[in-house]
Amino acid sequence: MATLATIFCPEGGHFALALACALAFMQGILPLIGLRRAESPLITLARPLALSQCLALLFAWACLIIASLGDDFSLKLIAETSAINKPWAYKIAGLWGNHEGSLLLWVTLLSLWCAGLALLPAPTTARPEALPPRLRARILALLGLVGAGFSLFCLTASNPFLRLWPVPADGMGMNPLLQDPGLAVHPPLLYSGYVGFAVPFAFAISALLEGKADALWARYMRPWVISAWALLTLGITLGSWWSYSVLGWGGYWFWDPVENAALIPWLTGTALLHSVLVVEKRSLLQGWCLLLAIATFAFSLSGTFLVRSGILNSVHAFANDPARGLFILGLLGLYGGGSLLLFAIRAPALPSPQTGFSPLSREGALLLNNILLCTLCAVVLTGTLYPPFMQLLFGRTLSVGKPFFDATTIPLTLPLLAIMGVSVALPWRQARTDKLLPRLAPALLVTAGNILPAFWLFPTPLAAFSALLALWVISAALCDLILRLRSLPVGDRKLHHLPRSLWAASLAHIGVGVTILGLCGMAGSQERLIEARPGTHTTLTGRDWELTALTAHHGPNYEAVEAHLTIRHHNAHGPILATLTPEIRLFPQQGQRTLHVAILHRPLEDLYAALGSVKEEHDPQGQSHYTAILRLHENPLASWIWLGGIIMALGSGLHLLPARRRLLRMKRQVQA
Amino acid sequence: MAASLPFTRRKAGRFWIILACLLCLGSAVGLVLNALSSTIVFFMAPSQVVAHPPAPAQTIRLGGMVVAGSLHTGKTANNTPESRFDVTDGQAAVTVQYRGILPDLFREGQSVVALGRYDGHDFTANEVLAKHDETYMPKEVADALQKSGRWDPRFGPPPDTASWNSMTTPPPAPQNKQGAAE
Repeated sequence: MATLATIFCPEGGHFALALACALAFMQGILPLIGLRRAESPLITLARPLALSQCLALLFAWACLIIASLGDDFSLKLIAETSAINKPWAYKIAGLWGNHEGSLLLWVTLLSLWCAGLALLPAPTTARPEALPPRLRARILALLGLVGAGFSLFCLTASNPFLRLWPVPADGMGMNPLLQDPGLAVHPPLLYSGYVGFAVPFAFAISALLEGKADALWARYMRPWVISAWALLTLGITLGSWWSYSVLGWGGYWFWDPVENAALIPWLTGTALLHSVLVVEKRSLLQGWCLLLAIATFAFSLSGTFLVRSGILNSVHAFANDPARGLFILGLLGLYGGGSLLLFAIRAPALPSPQTGFSPLSREGALLLNNILLCTLCAVVLTGTLYPPFMQLLFGRTLSVGKPFFDATTIPLTLPLLAIMGVSVALPWRQARTDKLLPRLAPALLVTAGNILPAFWLFPTPLAAFSALLALWVISAALCDLILRLRSLPVGDRKLHHLPRSLWAASLAHIGVGVTILGLCGMAGSQERLIEARPGTHTTLTGRDWELTALTAHHGPNYEAVEAHLTIRHHNAHGPILATLTPEIRLFPQQGQRTLHVAILHRPLEDLYAALGSVKEEHDPQGQSHYTAILRLHENPLASWIWLGGIIMALGSGLHLLPARRRLLRMKRQVQA
Repeated sequence: MAASLPFTRRKAGRFWIILACLLCLGSAVGLVLNALSSTIVFFMAPSQVVAHPPAPAQTIRLGGMVVAGSLHTGKTANNTPESRFDVTDGQAAVTVQYRGILPDLFREGQSVVALGRYDGHDFTANEVLAKHDETYMPKEVADALQKSGRWDPRFGPPPDTASWNSMTTPPPAPQNKQGAAE
């Protein structure tokens, strides 16, 4: 029985992967030929091909998961990353924590997006805004071409189904740092965001091929941009939370090349999200929007793959293989360079806008937002690429860290926040100053009223100023919601009657404000490092932290030491606030230790404790004492950082729900 | 309607766009250049630090191998752990002082990168980094070892702890330190 699974699963999965690759090539080529020759049978093939490719890849995953759960160490991937005593959930989640598995995940997620496109209902009289079949076929074909390249790469250069002979008795085990629930969900989320930007990319290429990027095109594309953006936002948020709660250094963002690789497409994606609006409402900026769609996908690709190929040296890069890097550079050159070439040839032929462009208008503010976001992106890109280039060209080893990024990104983010507050109050086309000021007045008043408290509460003037701008963004978004509510007819004044797009935009802006407030709060975090025996008291920001005991326990594949901390209000006799139990885990198989931080999330601050190490000391009487090295943090507003990210992602996701107006229209049609 | 718009208005729109782009680009270039000149951190091997001591205010990354037997730990008056250890590239050694928890993978005889300042005698670290993977040597340390002629990657993996111990120079004698301070 076991032998049957051993024989069948890896080979079946391998075959399914090869089949998916072939199907992707067909999906990429046949519909395009059909569209060229106007042969509808070939065009209609796009949907079944996309669905069957997706099924083949899901089957490959099922095979890989069964093999991993069955400890089939004849597979190289499983032998290198798994072990018999690994908890079963991580036998599955560990599959995408390495190069081969993550690439398979990438290709599978792309096919899932394709399947999503293929399964959408065709336009009917009730839903005239659904994607027309010809456009859908073209987009599926373009996505098929992208998928074909990467599944070929997966099959030839980084095959997860490679066998190993002789078969080892046990696997080498996974990096214990990756044994964490956050990291089990982080790559799929982040990758689905990265991959999701392939859909706007395909829309852009299709627009260039057709020579038409009009308002309708932007409207078809917008939901795909929003969903990819929301997933990428969630992925980044989760990654940041993971580094805060697992790495145990007390930080949330390290400006590591891998983190920047996710931030760069997020910045251009945010710009794209806003410029699509301008194309949809005003038919302006088409060329720019196309360029952003191409750039975002190119950055997503380089983010995923350059990092994995080890070109950017970093803590995260667990695969250092230049041969793969070359293949990936080739693919990047093909997709990125090819589409830029297409853009250069076809973009000048796009119909140019005939309307004016007033700086004091919604589109003017959105354009400024785009310029600032792209400048931010360029700055982050410079900081990320400067060290490897200096190393390559001049042989000088240097590093660019938080000081550089703080000095460059903060001055660009502050005007961005200021514009965010104004832009929601601006109408399209041309704003009138006399109407604008009353709309902004409540938010201005709220912000001005909080100047003194902000400078009192926040540790530095910069943090206080940024927090005020965040407050400005939040209050402007809320104020806009209220004003829009009051503009509805009296009988209809209900919050859920406001347009979904308004809710999405307001919540996304509020999310940004909440995150910025969290960042400002974290600027005032307090930290203490202590070496303590059980019974030691320490005071940190008016609270008493006592180490009550040190205990040991066994996990499935590790040994752990726990420190029990009791936190009391005021002093050692105050009422108990919380108990925290940070621990150290020792994984004997890898000879590696991991920290398990204990965090108490409170609305206004996080209490955070990390156990650094435990020492045994003998006193002259021959008795042994245990001493723990502890790091205690008090992080004001820390959880707001991730709360803001969740608000941004879920809020913008509201946009994907069917709009109320559309529902009403449908109801009317049903009644008629 | 759209076609009848005065040409000047379109032109004015263009003007604003170009002005905003130029302003943004200019400030970004200024910010980046300013930040690059003041916040960049160079990597130095102990022999480079001894031969060309950096300015006392300049933050550098010091990388090399931790000399076996050189780690001394203690704690300060307010219970903060404190440690001293020597870092070497096989040609010179620098004593590093650090207040804080050493990373999990910090080991004597293994590679380490310390971030901090050098005052001519000691290196005061704000941060000590060891890589997550025990078999992995930071690229900068590997390069420094290659430059100092202690290891050639063509002849296999980096030297292990035992052989490294025999290669490391003894803890720097006082006259060495004076030489470094000059």
